Amino acid sequence: MNQDLQRERAGASFNPELLTNVLDGSAENTQRRREIENLILKDPDFQHENLNFLSRSQRYEVAVKKSATMVEKMRKFGIADPDEIMWFKKLHLVNFVEPVGLNYSMFIPTLLNQGTTAQQEKWLHSSQGLEIIGTYAQTELGHGTHLRGLETTATYDPETQEFILNSPTVTSIKWWPGGLGKTSNHAIVLAQLITQGKCYGLHAFIVPIRELGTHKPLPGITVGDIGPKFGYDEMDNGYLKMDNYRIPRENMLMKYAQVKPDGTYVKPLNNKLTYGTMVFIRSFLVGESARCLSKACTIAIRYSAVRHQSEIKPGEPEPQILDYQTQQYKLFPLLATAYAFQFVGAYMKETYHRINEDIGHGDLSELPELHALTAGLKAFTSWTTNTAIEACRMACGGHGYSHCSGLPNIYVNFTPTCTFEGENTVMMLQTARFLMKSYDQVHSGKLVCGMVSYLNDLPSQRIQPQQVAVWPTVVDINSPDSLTEAYKLRAARLVEIAAKNLQAEVIHRNSKEVAWNLTSIDLVRASEAHCHYVAVKLFTEKVLEIQEKSIQAVLRRLCLLYSLYGISQNAGDFLQGSIITESQITQVNERIKALLTAIRPDAVALVDAFDFQDVTLGSVLGRYDGNVYENLFEWAKKSPLNKTEVHESYKYLKSLQSKL
Amino acid sequence: MHPDIDSERHLQPFSVEELTNILDGGAQNTALRRKVESIIHSEPELSLKDNYFMTQNERYEAAIKKTFHILMLAQRLGWSEGSRELQYASRSVSGDLGFGIHHIFQKTIRSLGSEEQIAKWDPLCSQFQILGTYAQTEMGHGTNLQGLETEATYDVATQEFVVHSPTMTAIKWWPGDLGRSATHALVQAQLICSGARQGMHAFIVPIRSLDDHSPLPGITIGDIGPKMDFEHTDNGFLKLDHVRIPRENMLNRFAQVLPDGAYVQLGVPKSNYFSMVVVRVDILLGEVLPLLHKACVIAVRYSVIRRQSHLRPSDPEAKILDYQTQQQKLFPPLAMAYAFHFVANYVLEFLHHSYSFILDRDFTLLPELHALSAGLKAMLSDFCTQGVEQCRRACGGHGYSKLSGLPSLLTRVTASCTYEGENTVLYLQTARFLIKSYLNTQKSPGSASKASLPQSVAYLTAPDLARCPAQMAADFLHPELYTTAWAHVAVRLIKDSVHHLETLRQAGADEYDAWNQTTVIHLQAAKVHLYYVTVKIFTEALEKLESQPAIQQVLKRLCDLYALHGILTNAGDFLHDGFLSGAQIDMARKAYLDLLPLIRKDAILLTDAFDFTDQCLNSALGCYDGHVYERLFQWAQKSPTNTEGNPAYEKYIRPLLQGQRARL
Repeated sequence: MNQDLQRERAGASFNPELLTNVLDGSAENTQRRREIENLILKDPDFQHENLNFLSRSQRYEVAVKKSATMVEKMRKFGIADPDEIMWFKKLHLVNFVEPVGLNYSMFIPTLLNQGTTAQQEKWLHSSQGLEIIGTYAQTELGHGTHLRGLETTATYDPETQEFILNSPTVTSIKWWPGGLGKTSNHAIVLAQLITQGKCYGLHAFIVPIRELGTHKPLPGITVGDIGPKFGYDEMDNGYLKMDNYRIPRENMLMKYAQVKPDGTYVKPLNNKLTYGTMVFIRSFLVGESARCLSKACTIAIRYSAVRHQSEIKPGEPEPQILDYQTQQYKLFPLLATAYAFQFVGAYMKETYHRINEDIGHGDLSELPELHALTAGLKAFTSWTTNTAIEACRMACGGHGYSHCSGLPNIYVNFTPTCTFEGENTVMMLQTARFLMKSYDQVHSGKLVCGMVSYLNDLPSQRIQPQQVAVWPTVVDINSPDSLTEAYKLRAARLVEIAAKNLQAEVIHRNSKEVAWNLTSIDLVRASEAHCHYVAVKLFTEKVLEIQEKSIQAVLRRLCLLYSLYGISQNAGDFLQGSIITESQITQVNERIKALLTAIRPDAVALVDAFDFQDVTLGSVLGRYDGNVYENLFEWAKKSPLNKTEVHESYKYLKSLQSKL
Repeated sequence: MHPDIDSERHLQPFSVEELTNILDGGAQNTALRRKVESIIHSEPELSLKDNYFMTQNERYEAAIKKTFHILMLAQRLGWSEGSRELQYASRSVSGDLGFGIHHIFQKTIRSLGSEEQIAKWDPLCSQFQILGTYAQTEMGHGTNLQGLETEATYDVATQEFVVHSPTMTAIKWWPGDLGRSATHALVQAQLICSGARQGMHAFIVPIRSLDDHSPLPGITIGDIGPKMDFEHTDNGFLKLDHVRIPRENMLNRFAQVLPDGAYVQLGVPKSNYFSMVVVRVDILLGEVLPLLHKACVIAVRYSVIRRQSHLRPSDPEAKILDYQTQQQKLFPPLAMAYAFHFVANYVLEFLHHSYSFILDRDFTLLPELHALSAGLKAMLSDFCTQGVEQCRRACGGHGYSKLSGLPSLLTRVTASCTYEGENTVLYLQTARFLIKSYLNTQKSPGSASKASLPQSVAYLTAPDLARCPAQMAADFLHPELYTTAWAHVAVRLIKDSVHHLETLRQAGADEYDAWNQTTVIHLQAAKVHLYYVTVKIFTEALEKLESQPAIQQVLKRLCDLYALHGILTNAGDFLHDGFLSGAQIDMARKAYLDLLPLIRKDAILLTDAFDFTDQCLNSALGCYDGHVYERLFQWAQKSPTNTEGNPAYEKYIRPLLQGQRARL
């Protein structure tokens, strides 16, 4: 064990194990998680070469092998609970990238949600048993976010009782689906349904794409890998072009809408329930932001405790770089953010399960708010995390740029979260739509509830003139509750500004859509402020729940830092709204510095509490034992460029010397 | 030509060609550049098109091969070392070449070597009889040169230096061209002679055999492994085990070890310091800025081809560039792309101007040059990195594909935030200069101090308004108004920064603790100062374009946007002492929003003016003709994952499918 890390751990003010239990939900959960993780760590079938040294094709091959092994092992170990599946996958797949993954995460759930009992009987068994491997093909080369714009067509032919699938243009080629390029032999394809000469919009079809037995593309199908990406090297994201490709009528998923043998279209009764899957995935992504940011913080903070550089005082030994104020200022607000997002993620998961039960009982009342909240929080947490991972990487200086740090991989595999499952700006605007609706509702005299209830208190909405003291005059910068109030006021103010600007543009432009576009920057700001408020509020509430004094104390410091740092970074909003005074901003900045010093002794213990195994971190810099430099050297020696003492390209050097 | 991009080029309120000439520094340069580009692009060996499909090994080999071809071309066509032709050649292959550090090796010998040493080594370098690298950074030490651990101990008996890596952390780590290419290394090591440590000195150490390229005895050498990018460069490690080199291999222009081991210092080697300045200025124009320019070209072009959703229900799907949020993502980076062009050229001119003075041992301008180049390197690399990433994400999913070109631009530009001086350290160097300059103004009130204040900080003593006079949104389109606003905030923060430092000192903290406890505020002051400097340089550059009013007008919008974007993202700093009121911030925001649709009209032309060839952009999304989707489809099919079969099927997928079926 590196001595610096040993000293850091001995000097912490709390026992990280207790904090780990808080993060896992309970001590029992921590124990079960570790049991499952150990199943993998001790299993030789999961060992493989370091992915950093492999080509893309080799990485894909390793991932397929691991997918296959995993399917067998999960069955063998009896792992079926969704949380446990996640722990299991988290460990064996460094970055969750899994070619067979979409069979389980999209193909089967869609079949369950949208297939009739007969269809489930036909396909479910074989896909669960991997007799067929499915994927989900929605996005096209020219269309992503805007679903109604998809161009793939499925035209019904009553004579043969088949659908004829076509990709009529280049832009209609299915593009991006994971596992589509090389792995899957079936796909659920979203296409515009045309029957009896009329287009009925998007519907889902089960399409065989590769021949069972030979795995060759079927006639009429063009399928392949979309080529190298920023990350996700192990995944065969694919393309799919269909040319008058016929599938039987029974391959359209018909739980809701139907096409009768004669071609008659039967409308679905209720299609709002498809919301469910999106909400689930987005709330899962909030947790994913928290995990990735926690990993990045673990690496950067451990390395900063091991790395020594320059001198604060001449003649003294070089200090740990974590002792520099600028390094603390780079990393501790991100650490606080990681904790904030951990609790936001846990809240989203609970809320999803609670509301899902309500939906099961036919109560859809909370769905719109949940939908709006998950969209916004997915965008808010992924944008923040995206920037924060990069900041952690750069805080590791040059070594952060090497793949040995693990940080480039975390970044490139995380960053698509900002664009997939709903592009972030579009997500923020969905939240804004809900905020505007709520604002209008209050404006017309009806109260709103849930996270937006602060809109009931807007000064312009007050009916009774005597209630004057709306903005509290003093924000106590040492009280998380008081800071939550400040964030609430900021959100209320920005929602109101966006609403008023929108109204003005509507009057001015005479078109709601044009007005919406011309206010969209304000609308995104309002959504961001709303999400920021929610994060501060949830963090503050979580701290109050903690019983153990030492844990509560350290989390309270992080909560304060998270809230104050946000105020300092967005000082303009707080000053302009007269929520905080100029002299308070100065105090906020001073308080932040004091908090950095207070958190410093606990920094390493705080990242230890995330409890990542070295295998999961995939980082030489972030090793638990802190033996960074020895292992950096060992790691580099394995680089493919070092396989021969004299590189092949020496021929060019040689001839250069002779020709010039 | 795709009609959606064609229509963007129909109306030309200004001459794109003239703007290109301005960017190239004259019409002759544009012509020369295009000539070189056409030569380069006609050589199939110099194509970049397979880059995205290559492994690290293949990228390295391809870069060496390209370098070899370009050197042969240069020899044939008479392009001399350091010529514009070679610069343009490098630009047209996106700098995808080897031996970058060989040139630094050579330059360092020229500046730190004696005449005798130069006469011996320089021709060997020019003729590539030897290949050099510059080995400074160690595994455990980068920024702090004094902390380097490699030792060179003089042995009087044999008149040799014994160069040695005493610890694991002393292993040289990161030097380019070291891993696989170089035959010689310029090693920075602690000189020990006659039992005394004399600090860092430079030594020429042969590392590979000139016969068969194998490592020499005592040398452990190799590649440091895969990185985020720079796969074409063999960044390496070097461990020295008591390697002996002759006394003559220590570069001795400024210091010498006599045969008997006596150490002689020959003046202060300030030029050592100076060479870092030169490199920092060079990389701005040569490496960092073109990456942002390319990202803007790709993202803006793609945004007029990509259509998504409807602005009005009855309209066809809209170009995504017509969405306000997309404009807000792309136009600030575009404005920076232009702002930084003028800024980088300004620093380059300042460097040329100071160069002759410094060679004449007049170091008056050096502190300012050093502070400015350090700070602007940090600021430009930070902003360019953020800008490229912003452009990449503005392209949605396709921006994640390497075929878009954007991931590679990002992974390349982001390296510049930590190489050639870690950015935080560099900002703090600027901050030290600011504090010193400010304290100077306090020392001698009324004396000649103002005249002697360096140009970039002259505003510290300029008269300052307490309140911004703006009364309506249009007032924020006056360069003088926003430049003054930036100056005001910079002065306030510098004063604040000094005040914090003094307060801690007076409270009894020693100087070093006081500095460390106030670095966050110094950082903030330095950043605002630099923003002010860039706004000022941009506005002054515009004044010189009076004879080309159409271009001046379109660039002024970018300058306004650049200044206002900064004010709005740092609104707290402007509101803090009431310099701007809340109402004025709203005016600034209105002025900013009103600029977006104006810039929208010229956006394609503004990116066309950078004049990158399609081959050089190497992007399926950013080609001039706008045929995005066809190209993506074609390029994807060339991926080895599609052309080389699928071994994973035979090995794993087939058994998986069949094994399961048997069991069912």
